Amino acid sequence: MGDTYLNLVNSGVTAKIAKQLGLPQPAPLRRYRPGAPLLGGPALVVGTGADADGVAALLSRTWDVEVHRHATPELRYAAVVLVLTQVSHPDELSAPVLAAAGVLRSLSRGGRVVTLSREATADDAPAVAAARQGVDGLLRSLAKELRGGSTGNGIVMAGDVAADAPSVVGALRFFLSTRSAFVDGQLLTVSSGAGTLPETWERPLEGRVAVVTGAARGIGESIADTLARDGATVVAVDMPSAGEQLTRVANRVRGTALQLDVTADDAGTRILEHALARHGRLDIVVHNAGITRDKLLANMSPDKWDSVLAVNIAAQLRINEALLTSGDFTDAPRIVSLASTSGIAGNRGQTNYAASKGGVIGMVRATAPLLEAFGGTANAVAPGFIETEMTARIPAVTRQVARRLNSLQQGGQPVDVAEAVAFLASPAAGGVVGRVLRVCGQNMVGQ
Amino acid sequence: MAASRSTAKSTETSAATSAIPPTSPRALVLGGNRIPFARAGGKYAHASNQDMLTAALDGLVARYGLQGERIGEVAAGAVLKHSRDFNLTREVVLGSALSPETPAYDLQQACATGLETVVSLSNKIRLGQIESAVAGGVDTTSDAPIAVSEGLRRALLDLSRAKTVGQKLAAAAKIRPKDLAPATPRTSEPRTGLSMGEHQALTTAQWGITREAQDEVAFASHQRLAAAWDAGFFDDLVTPYRGQSVDGNLRADTSLEKLAKLKPTFGLTLDTPPTMTAGNSTPLTDGASTVLLGNDAWADEHGLTPLAVVVDAEAGAVDFVHGVDGLLMAPAFAVPRLLARNGLTLADFDYVEIHEAFAATVLTTLAAWESEEFGKERLGLAGAFGTVDRNRLNVHGSSLAAGHPFAATGGRIVATISKELHARKAAEGRPVRALVSVCAAGGLGLTAILEAA
Repeated sequence: MGDTYLNLVNSGVTAKIAKQLGLPQPAPLRRYRPGAPLLGGPALVVGTGADADGVAALLSRTWDVEVHRHATPELRYAAVVLVLTQVSHPDELSAPVLAAAGVLRSLSRGGRVVTLSREATADDAPAVAAARQGVDGLLRSLAKELRGGSTGNGIVMAGDVAADAPSVVGALRFFLSTRSAFVDGQLLTVSSGAGTLPETWERPLEGRVAVVTGAARGIGESIADTLARDGATVVAVDMPSAGEQLTRVANRVRGTALQLDVTADDAGTRILEHALARHGRLDIVVHNAGITRDKLLANMSPDKWDSVLAVNIAAQLRINEALLTSGDFTDAPRIVSLASTSGIAGNRGQTNYAASKGGVIGMVRATAPLLEAFGGTANAVAPGFIETEMTARIPAVTRQVARRLNSLQQGGQPVDVAEAVAFLASPAAGGVVGRVLRVCGQNMVGQ
Repeated sequence: MAASRSTAKSTETSAATSAIPPTSPRALVLGGNRIPFARAGGKYAHASNQDMLTAALDGLVARYGLQGERIGEVAAGAVLKHSRDFNLTREVVLGSALSPETPAYDLQQACATGLETVVSLSNKIRLGQIESAVAGGVDTTSDAPIAVSEGLRRALLDLSRAKTVGQKLAAAAKIRPKDLAPATPRTSEPRTGLSMGEHQALTTAQWGITREAQDEVAFASHQRLAAAWDAGFFDDLVTPYRGQSVDGNLRADTSLEKLAKLKPTFGLTLDTPPTMTAGNSTPLTDGASTVLLGNDAWADEHGLTPLAVVVDAEAGAVDFVHGVDGLLMAPAFAVPRLLARNGLTLADFDYVEIHEAFAATVLTTLAAWESEEFGKERLGLAGAFGTVDRNRLNVHGSSLAAGHPFAATGGRIVATISKELHARKAAEGRPVRALVSVCAAGGLGLTAILEAA
């Protein structure tokens, strides 16, 4: 699924013309390759106190990154980590934020800005809450100012979660790495110190068995590939009619193919039986299977409404129910469900789809507490405009506009969604519960 | 010291690797995969035997997670085969997701090819020669080989041997215009020149099988196959291919009335009224099937649930050229021998699968078994061999509905009935048996007993 415009504005004469005309200048995004270093240059860690010191030590000692605590003028930084966990009054934002500001002009292409802050709650002193919530607005605006494929994301620590909690560390690595290429302007809340750091960041899913629904093509296919790359054994599930493509995916990832209609009453049991019999366990379920049947609500037929709700949300609820009551989904299990920006911001012609995807967000929020006792989580990933066969069918002009409506001024790739899924499915993400992580390049609509 | 230890070790090794195991392992059907069968000239019109068998095998590999696995042996075959496909099965393995170190061989026994691959590989498993195997078969009538005429073939061979211009001209001069017509493959019997349909028409007339009875068999086949598809029975037995996701020949909406309207196509020159139509005969079909076999240890290691045990098999043949028996009647003789050897009667079988080459083939076989005369005079029994309960016959439909890509039919039947056997045993907790019977060209027949594992 090529983006001709992106190629044009990044090469030769057409690049110059586009610049002179002030047209959007999307930059090609670098994607993750196993074996590549975490960052392509030094990182600046801004902030004072134990948390900032801890982050600096983690980056330099454990992750082998060249870390600066004070900016060297003109030096090209690959990342800026703004540790703002200590701020107790908006006045205290000034020094660290302006220190970071000084290096933004020379940030590398594909650079990373990550904030670490604490969650603002109603129990906080007003000044503390103001400072903490201020980070939210700061980060979202800063992300919109970054160019050249750089992104800005934030980690928000709830309650007394420590800065070295596995999920804070995991999220920091995810946001700094090329795995988060199309995640921009997002703040991810870490609720607890649950989770475990992987033995190796290259294969965090080693030994885990994952089921991916809708795995025959598009985003699901990419999720299967990505989970397998990260070490998981994959059960690729799709409709019996998609069996030919499913076979190709299963054989490529050296997993197993399970031809199954997820709306079948016994889908959950069959998935579990397959995983246990063939692979001995089940740890991760990725609810990716989904359909669209777009119509204005005024013209909606019962069939179009019902089929979308049946596949996109009712099937997930039924499968989760079967897994949760089985007693075989209890070793730090992970449920990752595909939501959509339509489910957050709404989309004309997609009342049925948005209802199902909004439903997904509610579902993971309410399912996560049921899994917490086993160190389990349920979360959602909400893709924005992703280059797939489905979006390739959107009329050309509408498609061009839709692509540019985000801070990165381009559509994402299926692998960008897959990387976010893989992160939430990883052992380190145990403290991220009931959240929605958007993979939308900071789409202009919704949060 | 070292020497004596090594001697002891070598003795131990030779005992442990003795070719014939002390107790014979069971040969188990562990699963299967086929592509939907398509009518000739349909969606697989441009797929070769190699393409289709590779698709069926890759689907099996994906279903059972066998990527990179070194399988004991893969055996498959095709009835209509290009000479370039001399090593078809090995080539398929090399192009599949299995380990390239998986050995393979081709096998051919006309329409019994598929079932014979199951039987011979099962025998190897029972002997302890291999622990796992994939049996299979494929056929295309759309991509059938076309040979040149005998005259052209001889002239071309002479031409290739010719050294001088004179010799070359002489060889070329032998080619006559009529030699240029291609020789298309035929399913007629080499010794009688009659097509299989004409042969069956003779047998049909001999046994007085009615048109209505044949149409009823065809109708039941379509009804039952359609019901199995609707119930999702084939979800873990079939992988779609080239846009074909259900058997292309299946007519879920056919009726006895529709079948009754079809014009007879075989037996038109006989004294008796013709009864065989396109509706109660199998159409030319393209397709491929595979069956995964293994012993208990291998199944266990791979987390696979045994579906059925391959108990025994018996091949038969009739002298259709000189004798009174019809071309496709060999199973009528083979089954009684097979059951006698195993101390079983037809009543001991919960399922009977008789390949529907023609509806009349099934009916003439049943008629022979029900005949006192045939039982006494031809089978040497005290009376009739027995009756098959129609509710146990071809319960999920057979070749009339699914189509019949010759060598792929055996694998279709074995995988389908093995799944059914396993489900029935799980539900009822008692031994459950199936009898499988496949007739073949040349007066051949192959029959087998499967039992729920």
